[in-house]
Amino acid sequence: MELIWDGIREAARLWWAGDAQIIEITLRTLAISSAATALALVVGIPLGAVLALRRFWGRGLLVASVNTGMGMPPVVIGLLVALVLWRSGPLGGLDQIYTPTAMVIAQLLLSLPMVVGFSLASIQSINPRLIGQMWAMGANRWQVLWLLIRETRLGLLAAVMAGFGGAISEVGASLQVGGNLAGETRVLTTAMVLETGRGNFEVAIALGVVLVVLAFAVNLILTAVQQRRFIT
Amino acid sequence: MRGGPVRHGSLLLCVSAFAVLLVLAALLTSCASEINEDELILATTTSLNDSGLLDDLAPIFESETGVSVKIISVGTGAALRMGAEGDADVLLTHAPDAERALVENGDVSSRTLVAYNDFVIVGPPDDPAGIAGMRDVAAALRQIAVHGASGAAGAAAFASRGDDSGTHKKEIALWDAAGLAPSFETDDWYEEVGQGMSATLTVANQRGAYTLTDRGTYLALSTDIAELVPLVEGDARLLNFYSVMEVDSGKGRINSEAAAAFRDFLLRGDIQAMIGDYLRAEYGRSLFIPAGGETESAVAERARAE
Repeated sequence: MELIWDGIREAARLWWAGDAQIIEITLRTLAISSAATALALVVGIPLGAVLALRRFWGRGLLVASVNTGMGMPPVVIGLLVALVLWRSGPLGGLDQIYTPTAMVIAQLLLSLPMVVGFSLASIQSINPRLIGQMWAMGANRWQVLWLLIRETRLGLLAAVMAGFGGAISEVGASLQVGGNLAGETRVLTTAMVLETGRGNFEVAIALGVVLVVLAFAVNLILTAVQQRRFIT
Repeated sequence: MRGGPVRHGSLLLCVSAFAVLLVLAALLTSCASEINEDELILATTTSLNDSGLLDDLAPIFESETGVSVKIISVGTGAALRMGAEGDADVLLTHAPDAERALVENGDVSSRTLVAYNDFVIVGPPDDPAGIAGMRDVAAALRQIAVHGASGAAGAAAFASRGDDSGTHKKEIALWDAAGLAPSFETDDWYEEVGQGMSATLTVANQRGAYTLTDRGTYLALSTDIAELVPLVEGDARLLNFYSVMEVDSGKGRINSEAAAAFRDFLLRGDIQAMIGDYLRAEYGRSLFIPAGGETESAVAERARAE
């Protein structure tokens, strides 16, 4: 019990003192996970829309793959990305293993299925007659997509939250492809693993508190946006 | 149904275009791949990295050479594998037998002793198997096994790393010396944790089990695992040798120049002294005893004499 209080006190102390290392790790965590989520949205929402609105051969298989991907363990994705990016792997020549870029790729692959899945579900729930009307009024496909995004913002913001939550909280893939390098690829979760391994439980708890507060703050903002009432 | 053969075709086109692009990228990068001379990938063991020693040494090397060191902390099994695949430039591990196999295979071009410390069998202070103070580690392990198998109330358990790490390899070799090969499948008293040293010590501490640990991790963690005390130490078979290995330049894009520089750096007098002094004031003894360039048998001889 004492250890837990010590940890929480340590967290407060580190923040109060503006501990340079914790701030740096926190900012890096935010940057990597936001980049991964943003890319997942850019690719995932159109993909979700296509899967929701088009009927083509292999669609069922793709939807099933997306649903499987939503529950994909991060270590599997980490191993896959590592195998490709290692020097001995097919893209080893890019020298991207153990870089933030590698972590963004891994987290992107992790959150993409969530974004696609949530967009698919929310776009599919729209009355198809509305979409028919949009086409009839001469909208091009990007205009239709934009209107769909506006109509389904509740579901899409849920997609953002799920994607970001998955990206920021995973540790297995980040360790494998990032290598937990101090000052380069160390993020909150991998730093927690290290500090736990070193027996610095207070610091590990402090990092955990930061991670939870950060995740909460981001979701609070997104929820505020999501629940804001639009005057139509 | 919308769509049909036409859309099906365009989707297929997209997928195959993507695949072609990926293959092209792979071909391009493997052709244009030059050695990145500003960067050295060091694959090392978790126990060494957890001690924090490399965090002190790497910046010195970086400022002297301008080469940035990427310290990848994995189990010894994984570190050696990374060497064999050419995914690292230099290795720092503690599994002499497995390391010698790499040398024989030609995977590494050199292997040099850097430092050593020792392993200790730790366990609960009430010591149900009665091994405290024994000098013969094989006899002590046999006693733990006999006691554990007796199924007596409060019987001893043994927590194994079970992760193919250097410490795990050492433990298996010691059981072998005791004429035993315990397994979690057949022996109820034998548990495989499958995690790093700190996690295994924490498990042993929580369950009042015996375990084999390197002295460095035990000392670093001793305040958090207060229920475990050192019981068996001092057997020459408990010595723990850390060696540096340069990955063979034939393994692909190996930064051999930086690997050689890093090896020389670790063996240099001032760095050897730093290794010996690391955290000595805090624990009252060296975590790592410098032995740059010595042979294992010479070290064992010296340790026996002490």
